[in-house]
Amino acid sequence: MDSEDSLGDNTSTTTPSPSQQQSSPSPLSSELTQSPPKSTTIPFTTEAILQGKAWVFGDDINTDIIIPFRFKSRTNDPNEMAKYAMYGIDPDFHKKIGQGDILVAGRNFGGGSSREQAPVALKYAGISAVVAESFARIFYRNAFTIGLPALEVQGIKDRTVQGDVLVVNLGQFTVTNTRVGDVLQAKSVPDFMKKMLLDGGLVEYFKKNQKFPWT
Amino acid sequence: MSTYSLASSSSQNQIAKILDNDSMTFAEKAISIKNKRSQSHDANRRNDSSSKMSMAGDIAVVDVDLAMAQDSTGPLAIRSLNEMRIDKLYDPSKVLLVIDHTFPAADEKVANLHAMMRNFASKHGCMLIEGSISHQHILENLAYPGMMILGGDSHTCQAGCLGAFATGIGSTEIASIWATGQIWLKVPETVKVLLSGNFKKGVFARDLILDFIGKLGEDGANYRALEWTFSDDITRRDLTIDSRACITNASMECGAKLSVFPFDKLTEKYINDNPRRIKEDSALEIHPGSSATYVDEINIDCIEIASMVSGPDHPDAVRPASEMAGIEIDQAFIGSATNGRIEDLEIAARILKGRKIHRNTRCIVTPASVRVYEEAIRRGYVEIYLESGAVFTNATCGACVGTHLGALGEDEICISSSSRNFVGRMGALSSKVYLSSPATAAASAIEGKITSPEGYL
Repeated sequence: MDSEDSLGDNTSTTTPSPSQQQSSPSPLSSELTQSPPKSTTIPFTTEAILQGKAWVFGDDINTDIIIPFRFKSRTNDPNEMAKYAMYGIDPDFHKKIGQGDILVAGRNFGGGSSREQAPVALKYAGISAVVAESFARIFYRNAFTIGLPALEVQGIKDRTVQGDVLVVNLGQFTVTNTRVGDVLQAKSVPDFMKKMLLDGGLVEYFKKNQKFPWT
Repeated sequence: MSTYSLASSSSQNQIAKILDNDSMTFAEKAISIKNKRSQSHDANRRNDSSSKMSMAGDIAVVDVDLAMAQDSTGPLAIRSLNEMRIDKLYDPSKVLLVIDHTFPAADEKVANLHAMMRNFASKHGCMLIEGSISHQHILENLAYPGMMILGGDSHTCQAGCLGAFATGIGSTEIASIWATGQIWLKVPETVKVLLSGNFKKGVFARDLILDFIGKLGEDGANYRALEWTFSDDITRRDLTIDSRACITNASMECGAKLSVFPFDKLTEKYINDNPRRIKEDSALEIHPGSSATYVDEINIDCIEIASMVSGPDHPDAVRPASEMAGIEIDQAFIGSATNGRIEDLEIAARILKGRKIHRNTRCIVTPASVRVYEEAIRRGYVEIYLESGAVFTNATCGACVGTHLGALGEDEICISSSSRNFVGRMGALSSKVYLSSPATAAASAIEGKITSPEGYL
């Protein structure tokens, strides 16, 4: 499959420019066409399509690796949390990634603590989605809750090489590796979780609908 | 049904039907009883409006009896409520804030977040506890059989030791419960564990659960419930509530959504001895049905378990302590929600009595609650610790989370009775944590290296 044909114009890979990293939140559609801000609360549109460079990690990446307790317990500011994203493996990770990059991992991503700061740190560091063989239960809930797409895709780790460009279709819940071209189906989730995710998370969903997705 | 029985009314009759159902697991019954609205994944049952039954795989919206957040999840929950401009709690008597992880505040940043929690509790009139670990406070004062407990802390599952449905979620979802009194849950599949036999000398509940996690793997019970049962009354009697709490707490390290010891005589005695400080309106003895469906059944003969050590870096990297013997340690930590109860402090005192901590090793003892702390003083354990050269701290999560009262420097090695040994968990990324029972940690503190405890008891 030719990825460019199938994806249309609005999915070109983007690189953040320093001048725009401080700008205010912008909708996803403009993020895909312009250089996006480094940190945003992303109001998704339905059928949102994300594209980004893959960073590949192994199995059992726990939440202490994603953000150590001593950093997450001293702030309530998502941009501060972002400075420690993946600190347990690479303290400089947040400086290396580009806005919209996609994190790929093996089994049991996000095991351990209930800290919502883990998906928050990844999202505000610029990660647009996490695709893993499987997720630990609480991380998975938290990712949807804070509007970080988390897709469970069998075989994703072995099919992805660091730097591959992946396309995530949140409407179809699919992941495409543009180097390989095959479309992989992610494990489905209940409709209310998808709606919440597409609205940008639970807080954004509530602001828009004045109710919780399950009530 | 004896202690907790039902009055007769139509909705109560429906609950009685669920309790008596022979084909439901504990988790299926506990969720069905609290269920407001079920979406069955099974098309045949989806239109059956007469049934409130939620079976494994179904999604239910449940009434929550207690929603807790602590000082590293509470501030974010409060922030989310504020962002949603929700100014009123559904029922403040069901909301618990606990300042335990970094108590007393280790620095200014932590102090500010603690102040945010105190202000919130004062404004809304909800429960606020400082200086006892949330899970131990809930065990000693709040949890009751059949209670639906959600906590902004993964180890909330500990309360399953009293026959409650208890599980962890994140901050913003806790905030949504504070606002509505409800949350959605997927009914987990259940693994039944049947315990028999008795521990060898020097072997404890922590060794059992370490061994179990080693065999199941770090995600072996992910999304699943663990239902702990006994083959005989001797095994049942010997596994105290403190020991059960260790097992249900540490079950998180294989990913369990729920880990439960259904109500029995020990549960009843514990609750009689430790009166609840909360209305027990919805308390129920929930027993799994005899023909319930399990995804797996595991038999454990306790006599076959040895002293176990896990680590470093992964809780399922478990081997017998005898195989790890000789690894030199810089620190031994006895405490945390997993193993900071009076039973644990008693074993540590028995081993440390009349002995000295190794000159190259620090030993830190941290009780899980103020009640445990006071009891340790009353029983003379604190004197023993101090004479041995150990440090006795206030009740807190402390060294377990690597932020105060025993953080590790570069390349340092700690043996710990705490919950986790993840990379950098207790301090520097190059430090290493081995998990063990309090007995193994105490024996190792004396020798300055990992040591099996049998010879010290």
